[in-house]
Amino acid sequence: MTDREPRGAVLATEGRLPPERVALVDLLDRLLAGGVVVSGDLVISIAEIDLVRISLRALIMSVREADTIEGARRHD
Amino acid sequence: MNDVGTYLYAVAPEPGSPTPEGLTGVAGEPVRTISSAGLIAYVSTVPLEEFGEEPLRRSLEDLDWLGRTARLHHHVVEAVAEATPTAPVRLVTVYNDEEQVRELLERKHDDFIEVLSRIADRQEWGVKAYVDPAVPPPAGGQGEAATKSSSPGTAYLKKRQASLRTREEEWRKATGRAEHIHDVLRSVAVASRRHHPQDPELSGRTEWMALNASYLVDRERSAEFGRLVDSLRGEGIDVELTGPWVPYSFTAPIETVEGRAPDDGP
Repeated sequence: MTDREPRGAVLATEGRLPPERVALVDLLDRLLAGGVVVSGDLVISIAEIDLVRISLRALIMSVREADTIEGARRHD
Repeated sequence: MNDVGTYLYAVAPEPGSPTPEGLTGVAGEPVRTISSAGLIAYVSTVPLEEFGEEPLRRSLEDLDWLGRTARLHHHVVEAVAEATPTAPVRLVTVYNDEEQVRELLERKHDDFIEVLSRIADRQEWGVKAYVDPAVPPPAGGQGEAATKSSSPGTAYLKKRQASLRTREEEWRKATGRAEHIHDVLRSVAVASRRHHPQDPELSGRTEWMALNASYLVDRERSAEFGRLVDSLRGEGIDVELTGPWVPYSFTAPIETVEGRAPDDGP
């Protein structure tokens, strides 16, 4: 985590962050909460696993801080 | 009973693009396509002894496994998205067989088309704002005054309360600035989505993460968006840009799983 990520305008014109520079935590933000959720005759979908009970998930999402932000928004 | 499943990565409109040469999936098997109803699904075969429900409940707890799988999944999605508008599918979506994927494409055709048209010619950008919490509250001032007028215990409590108040105040200011940044960036974006702030242990930074969000931006406005991000930096706030991402955060529900709202949980 010593490398700083490329800055805004530079990154936006250069195109893409090289895969090895993609931080796992940024990737998981998107892969665990994003992407099309489908149902049907699945063997398994991650959406069906109660992620709240997964300790790793708890670590990734500091829920309390998120609540603070959402709370602050409501006061606006 | 099959001992293999069909892992689904992404859906694209036909004609789409041929599967990139030598592209392999999460279990090392080649990525292939299934076509139906004018849509193409990108899939690969996975062993159920690793991708069945029970093994997954365990392996999802394993950061090494999760990290490896996430990167392999991401690699496939990016390779596909390079050539065609692509709707990424949630990590670890496994079907029993190809026929079920074909059925899905038929049954959910209109929804996929809707998602694909929403993200066509657009990119997701990730923005995180870090606030360096201001220096700790002054040791003198109020604290000393309190010491004179009350017992050491009360003085300590008052000091502690003052320090907590200051911290709260700082946090309020930080979130206020984060909201401002969010509003400014939203004005250039087609859509936005907030993520939870990352734990410092994972972000690798000690500052407060006051904003962690994604923005869906027209491809032609990406340079403008980047400049805007640059302009928001300063005065104790750092703004970090990541991307462009395949629009993972903007594929909002094709089909919601009953009784579950992933973003509104308790």
